[in-house]
Amino acid sequence: MEPIRTLRSRTVVLSAANIDTDQIIPARFLRTTTRDGLGEHLFADWRYDANGAPREDFILNSAAARDCRILVAGRNFGCGSSREHAPWALLDYGFRAVISMQIADIFKSNALKNGLLPVIVDAATSGWLIEHPGAEVRIDLPTATLMLPTGAVISFPLETFARKLLVNGIDELGFLIGHDAEIGAFERRRTTA
Amino acid sequence: MAAVPRTLLEKIWDEHEVIAESADAPAVLYIDLHLIHEVTSPQAFAVLGERGLAVRRPELTLATLDHSTPTRTEQIFGGAPIAIESAAQQIRALERNCALFGVELLGLKSAERGIVHVIGPELGATQPGKTIVCGDSHTSTHGALGALAFGIGTTEVGHVLATQSLLQRKPKSLAVNIDHRLQSGVTAKDLILWIISRIGVSGGTGHVIEYRGAGVSALDMDERMTVCNMSIEAGARAGMIAPDETTYAYLAGRSRVPQGPQWEEALARWRTLPSDAGARFDREVEIDAADVEPMITYGTNPGMVMPIGGSIPQMSHDAAFDAALAYMGFEAGARLKDQEVNVVFLGSCTNGRLSDLRAAASILRGRKIAAGVQMLVVPGSQAVKRAAEAEGLHSVFTAAGAEWRESGCSMCLGMNGDLVAKGQYSLSTSNRNFEGRQGVGARTLLASPLTAAASAVRGRVTDPREILN
Repeated sequence: MEPIRTLRSRTVVLSAANIDTDQIIPARFLRTTTRDGLGEHLFADWRYDANGAPREDFILNSAAARDCRILVAGRNFGCGSSREHAPWALLDYGFRAVISMQIADIFKSNALKNGLLPVIVDAATSGWLIEHPGAEVRIDLPTATLMLPTGAVISFPLETFARKLLVNGIDELGFLIGHDAEIGAFERRRTTA
Repeated sequence: MAAVPRTLLEKIWDEHEVIAESADAPAVLYIDLHLIHEVTSPQAFAVLGERGLAVRRPELTLATLDHSTPTRTEQIFGGAPIAIESAAQQIRALERNCALFGVELLGLKSAERGIVHVIGPELGATQPGKTIVCGDSHTSTHGALGALAFGIGTTEVGHVLATQSLLQRKPKSLAVNIDHRLQSGVTAKDLILWIISRIGVSGGTGHVIEYRGAGVSALDMDERMTVCNMSIEAGARAGMIAPDETTYAYLAGRSRVPQGPQWEEALARWRTLPSDAGARFDREVEIDAADVEPMITYGTNPGMVMPIGGSIPQMSHDAAFDAALAYMGFEAGARLKDQEVNVVFLGSCTNGRLSDLRAAASILRGRKIAAGVQMLVVPGSQAVKRAAEAEGLHSVFTAAGAEWRESGCSMCLGMNGDLVAKGQYSLSTSNRNFEGRQGVGARTLLASPLTAAASAVRGRVTDPREILN
C-alpha cells in the first residue's frame, strides 16, 4: 500500500445518494482472479453506452474530470455488496479519496485497507462540495482535516490506528501476524476451557 | 453483585476478543467459521502465496461454489463446458486453492453444495454464539441462528485465512422490536422490506441489528434467515436473533452440530446467549408485524418500497429519485398493481429455501404461468433441490411452465449468465433492485415468493392474497 500524507486535487462530483457497489463496478466484471485493470470498468454502466463508447453526459468522461483524485458523492456511498473490487476500481482509475456525508460500513473498511481515503463530512460541507464541482481541496492525513478553497478547515473522523497505517503505508495483516502469540494463547484457552 | 446486563452482541463479542479494543487500536476478534466462495477469495489466496503463509485453521474454513457457478444441469453434471470461461477460471482457481491450502470445498458435484448462506445453517456449521464471516455482504443471514455474522472484503478474507482473526471496532446495537404476528399472505420478506422502509437503506450503518419480540419468536428459521439476510440492505453489517427452542429444534441432528453429550453442553451454552433483561441498546425501533402488507419495490434501492396496493410517492426536487423512476420506467403517483412482468426469479440467499419454494408452489399448483413470462426457479442448495424434488415441487414448477435449475446465486446478480434483458421487468425474490444488478438495463421489482408466484400466473404484479383467498 502506497503511504499517503496529503492529497491535493480538484474534485469530481457524483451527487446522487446511495451509489451502490453494483454501480461502482458491475458484477460481470468480478469474474477475475486478480485485482488489476478494474479502473477501466469503474461506473461502467454510467460511463459507456451500449456499444461501449463513452457517454458524453457522464462527468468522468469530461475534460474537467481528468486527473481528479478526489470523488465527492452523495450520502451512503458504497452501499450494497462487500466486493473489494469497488475500491480497487476507484484506485485503479486514479481516485485516492471519497468524500461523502455517509459511507457504507463494508466499503469504508475495504477502502481503508487499500489506501483509498473515506472522508466523512457534515451536511454543510457536503452541500458546499456538491455545489462546487472541480473545487481544489486538500486532505491532510496526520491531522485528519479537509481544507476547502474558501480557507475553511474541516476535521473528519479517522481513528489514530487507521491514520498510522495509511501514513506509513502499512497493512493490517502484518499487525495481526505480530499478535500470533496472543491468538495462539486464545486458541489454547478455548480448547481447554 | 449482579453482572451488568449484556446484549447478545456483547456476549458474543466479549467471548471472541483475543485482544480488547483500546483508543489506539481496534480489537483482535477471533473468527469461528470462515465461509469462502469463488468470487471474493482468489486475490486473498494469492496474498497468502506471495507471503508464504498457510491457512491457520483450515478446519474452521469451508468453501463452496455459488456466485459465478452455472445453474444448468448439463454444465454441472452432464459434462458440458461451463459457458462463461472467466467463471470457469474462478471455479478452477478455488478448486486449486482449496487443494493447495487444505480447505474443504463443497465442489461442483457435491450433494452439499449451494449458496454459501443457505448451506451454512443447513449443514449445522452455523451455530449460536459463533463469529462467522464471509466475503459476501449477505453473511448477515447466519445471525438468524444467534451468531455474529458479517460480510468482509477480500483483504479481510486474507486476514482470516492467515490468522483466523480480524481487526474490528465493536459496532453499535440497534434493537428492532417486533410485536404481533404477520397476517396471512404476508411473509418474512414483506416484513424486512417494511422494516427497511421505516429505518431507511442507511439507517443501520455502524450498527448490528437485533430483531426481538413476539413477532420474531413466531417466525420459523427460514423466515428468520430472510429477515437477517436483508439487514445489510438497511446498512447494518449484521442482523441477529437470539437462539430459542425453534433454533435448537432446527439444528438438532444436522451433520455438523455437536452430537451426544456435547450437544447437551452446547445447548446449555447457547441458552445463556439471549440478551439479558435490562440490557441497553444504542437505539431501538418499534415495528408492529400486524401492520405489514405484501411489499414491492418501485425504484433502484430496497428502501424504495411500498405496499403492493400503494402508489409511488411524489418526491419534489430529488434528482436521484427521479433518475431511479426514469430507469424503472415509472412515474410518481403510479400504481404497480397490474404492472406487466416479463421475468420471475424465485431463489437467492434471501428466498431460496425449501419453505420459499413450497410457498410459491402453493400458488402455482394446478396453474400455468402467463404466456410470455419466463420464470426461473433456482433452489438455494442441492439439499433444497433434493428435498423439493422429493415433495414433487419441481413438477409443480415445470408443469406451470417454469425452469427448474441447479443451485446457485443465479439471477440475483447474473454473474453466471442468468440475466434479465434490457428494459425487462423482473419480479424477483432476491435482495437488491440496484440498477443493472440483474443485467444491464434490467428493471427489478423485489417481492416475496408468494407475490412472485401470483405475479407469474397473471403476468402482472399481483397481490398474492387475491389468489390465496
